Amino acid sequence: MPDDRRFDSGLPIYLQLMQQIRQRIVRGEWPPGTRVPGVRELAVECGVNPNTMQRALAELEREGILFSERTAGRFVTRSTEEIERTRDRMARELTSAFLEQMGTMGYSREQIAALLLSWKDAGSPPESE
Amino acid sequence: MGKLLEIQKLYKAYDRGPVLQDLNLSVEAGRIVGIVGPNGCGKTTLFKTLAGLINDYRGTVTIDGHSPDIYTRSIISYLPEKTYLADWMKARDALDVFADFYRDFDRRKAEELLRRFQLEPGMKLKTMSKGMQEKVQLILVMSRSARLYILDEPLSGVDPAARDSVLDIILNNYSENASVLLSTHLIYDVERIFDDVVILSSGKVLAADSVDHLRETTGQSLNDYFREVFKC
Repeated sequence: MPDDRRFDSGLPIYLQLMQQIRQRIVRGEWPPGTRVPGVRELAVECGVNPNTMQRALAELEREGILFSERTAGRFVTRSTEEIERTRDRMARELTSAFLEQMGTMGYSREQIAALLLSWKDAGSPPESE
Repeated sequence: MGKLLEIQKLYKAYDRGPVLQDLNLSVEAGRIVGIVGPNGCGKTTLFKTLAGLINDYRGTVTIDGHSPDIYTRSIISYLPEKTYLADWMKARDALDVFADFYRDFDRRKAEELLRRFQLEPGMKLKTMSKGMQEKVQLILVMSRSARLYILDEPLSGVDPAARDSVLDIILNNYSENASVLLSTHLIYDVERIFDDVVILSSGKVLAADSVDHLRETTGQSLNDYFREVFKC
């Protein structure tokens, strides 16, 4: 299992944090309208610098999936449409990266589809025939 | 508000030659800054100068508006590379020493941190592992409410499994008014807690940037970038 606290890829850490937070929201760990923990608390939890966490949260606010209320703090958007849009976009990004890599190995869409349909469990690849 | 730390053209030589050569650096309050570089690049000399232990340098060093003096010593909490606590002491005795020496030492906080890291106050430093001793010292240093924390290789004797908990001590103590300078050769483990990084090479600043900006411009983690720059 990859360690979420290592940030191995060359991507800026704040972008990786944004992705981790989006995942929490789209899988419902933070339901619509929930209050987001404070910057410090999240920074310690994710093992990053508070300024980096602050930047990730500010960017997610700009994106519209989080919002601030002046005194009450920061919340997950109440719009389930917004969350669904984010989820859809994340899925499309992953799919697009996957298709690109399969393409470099010469797989056609039909072969990819067949492979996906033959898949049983999440972790282990089925025996090839 | 001015910079918390401002260094201009810092030069220091030992008998064998210059160690710091016209080094420039400025650090704002509220930042965690990594100081990295190959062995002998001048990290420890830089830290000793800031801590007021080296006086025969050229150039200007200002910490909260003062050159290193009694005032700056009172606002700097310094973790040296080598231990200075007598090994007959128990952890509790070391707390007494800090409580005596430093008005800004928060004994309650230190005791709580010792508990959290399962370090027995009655245990002698001598009988502790190197990693435990280093944790005790870091706890002492971080339990002061200083403006500038200078940590010289705080992870060197800590085993990989415990490194995260040491970093947690530092993150838990983050304050917007204070900055942390931390030198390390374990970049892979630590880069996630840095705002900025200063790469030193032969006593000069080779690069000074925010970690995320460096990732944006190089497409590499700091660890990978560092390996590339200093490839032998």
